[in-house]
Amino acid sequence: MMHSRTVQIWVGLFVIAGLAALLMLSMKVSNISTFTETEGYEVTAHFENIGGLKVRSPVTMAGVVVGRVANIGFDKESYEAVVTLNIQNEYDNIPADTSASIFTAGLLGEQYIGLEAGGAEEVLTAGSELELTQSAIVLEQIIGQFLVSQADKE
Amino acid sequence: MLDALQRLGATALGVAERMGRGHLFLLHVLGGFPALLPRFGMVVKQMYSVGVLSLVIIAVSGLFVGMVLGLQGYNTLVDFGATESLGVMVALSLVRELGPVVAGLLFAGRAGSALTAEIGLMKATEQLSAMEMMAVDPLHRVVAPRFLAGILSMPLLAAIFSALGVVGGYFVAVGLLGVDDGAFWSQMQAKVDLHEDVFNGVIKSVVFGFVVTWIAVFEGYDTVPTSEGVSRATTNTVVHGSLAVLGLDFVLTALMFGK
Amino acid sequence: MSQTDKPTAEPLVRIRDLVYSRGERRIFDGIDIDIQRGKLTAIMGPSGTGKTTLLRLIGGQLRPDSGTVWVDGESVPQLNYRQLYELRKRMGMLFQNGALLTDLNVFDNVAFPLREHTRLNEALIRDLVLMKLQAVGLRGARDLMPSELSGGMARRVALARAIALDPMMIMYDEPFTGQDPISMGVLVTLLRTLTDALGLTSVMVSHDVQESLSIADYVYVISEGRVVEDGTPDTLRASTSPWVQQFLQGLSDGPVPFHFPAADYAEDLLGKTVESSR
Ligand SMILES: Nc1ncnc2c1ncn2[C@@H]1O[C@H](COP(=O)(O)OP(=O)(O)OP(=O)(O)O)[C@@H](O)[C@H]1O
Ligand SMILES: [Mg+2]
Repeated sequence: MMHSRTVQIWVGLFVIAGLAALLMLSMKVSNISTFTETEGYEVTAHFENIGGLKVRSPVTMAGVVVGRVANIGFDKESYEAVVTLNIQNEYDNIPADTSASIFTAGLLGEQYIGLEAGGAEEVLTAGSELELTQSAIVLEQIIGQFLVSQADKE
Repeated sequence: MLDALQRLGATALGVAERMGRGHLFLLHVLGGFPALLPRFGMVVKQMYSVGVLSLVIIAVSGLFVGMVLGLQGYNTLVDFGATESLGVMVALSLVRELGPVVAGLLFAGRAGSALTAEIGLMKATEQLSAMEMMAVDPLHRVVAPRFLAGILSMPLLAAIFSALGVVGGYFVAVGLLGVDDGAFWSQMQAKVDLHEDVFNGVIKSVVFGFVVTWIAVFEGYDTVPTSEGVSRATTNTVVHGSLAVLGLDFVLTALMFGK
Repeated sequence: MSQTDKPTAEPLVRIRDLVYSRGERRIFDGIDIDIQRGKLTAIMGPSGTGKTTLLRLIGGQLRPDSGTVWVDGESVPQLNYRQLYELRKRMGMLFQNGALLTDLNVFDNVAFPLREHTRLNEALIRDLVLMKLQAVGLRGARDLMPSELSGGMARRVALARAIALDPMMIMYDEPFTGQDPISMGVLVTLLRTLTDALGLTSVMVSHDVQESLSIADYVYVISEGRVVEDGTPDTLRASTSPWVQQFLQGLSDGPVPFHFPAADYAEDLLGKTVESSR
């Protein structure tokens, strides 16, 4: 039979290895900082069609993630989607006339919101609304239009 | 016809009766947990046989599963020019599904069967009976520490499996196939969510550990005390434990990621 | 005898009208047994009559179908979990095959009940364990694992374990089987000494007629679910019952069935029985 001290050392090593693995999964594999990202200010934007945008999809500016989609709702009067964006506090000088578009990462990738800075003096603050928006490109629509135009030509 | 119906009824009753006993058994064993705290050495000893002795098979499997995921994923992604996403693919597959599930299956085969055989043999050789007569409750003294050790070990084993799997995927992707080192990790970090993916994976492994260990110790305790009975109980643990892992994985996945 | 002593007429174990069946087979069909305090009572009977089962009924591991089992004034089948475990702390039992804990060595096996039920320090436990091992002649084997013991040695270790807590009553299931003449002699003396010196109540199940009759204070002979004879060894020897005489003398011819209940032998061989005529 094994000495109980050896057993204890082995179990200690096992627990350390397991915790190290958990630490690696949370620090190196996923991003632990996403947890603190909730501190930010919220702005809204109306889109005609958001395609496959999801809550927590990234909001980028010049390709840099500056925030995440916090909420997606529906405006009963205008029949448009209302998207709430959560922008991190450190990006506090985004012009008020900035435009928002929904892009797709790669051909079939996930969708995200890209912001393009405008030229206004005022900046976005909590509760502002982004006026200039461009909807998602829905692949089926484009293909549909393409087919219709082909049919028209004949 | 009536015969078949009767047999079906009898089987159903038998299963229900066994389930009932299994739950009473669970309650009784859980009642022994508080008494384990001052004698945690017993749990540590069991974590050695349940956890440490499963380490090699878990580590090797994790590494190889990760490497295979890297190879296969590369072949698919290279057609779309999206090989940078290899890290994401490997990590998500492991953390969400393969880590807990494959570790759970291996755990049922390696640790679960050993637990069943050990407890079953203790029953067959009247050791459990002798303990009862010494006024020591075998459910508290024998089963409870093993049960707790299983519950504690399984999440650690699953985490080790996933972590080594990612390392294996990294070796293949970056080392062999020339995927960009930075892209591998940064894409992975951007897309793998701590809460949604990692935590949910850990929850899965906790559930699997609980259920597999429960099945294993109950099968052992409920063994028909003969060599044949022990061998059948051991087989039952592996089969039922594996089926439970797969079935529960489906349910948990639907609950966690099905929105 | 001082006045504070409990009346000796009150037996430690009192069994009345006990009925117990395993499936279809009725193992006990209404037996009455009294085990007197401070005495060594032997229970004898052919193999398979239910002697081990009787000990398990006394220890509360089995429940009778009907009838009562009283141990030290408590009705065993009606005790709740806690009361039953409290009662068992005062009982020791030597299992027929030893039933040592296979993951502990000899020393730890004997120390097991002490460690579970007392808060004694290790030095004291060591002394107690070595004393008990010395009594069964196995002090030198303390570091062996149960798998390294012979059957007879294992049983002696189990005996040391059963007496570790100095219980009020010990039940020995076949203590002499597998012992050579010398250790048999030692065990016989040990059982007697334990009973006399410590005032233990002992119940011994055995086939060994001569040893049992030589050390027991009182003997029950059971067969086919009933007590066929009881009394002191002398009354038994003097018994005129052909049954008892056959059993005591080990004759194969007589009223005691050597065979498990079965159909007629000749008919069985000729395939005429109900079972095989299907
Ligand atoms: N688990 C069980 N299931 C069904 N029947 C059993 C079981 N255990 C014992 N029996 C039956 O009960 C009867 C009594 O068994 P027990 O072990 O008490 O006999 P015994 O008198 O101790 O015999 P021996 O002297 O050979 O040890 C046996 O005939 C056996 O067929
Ligand atoms: Mg017996």
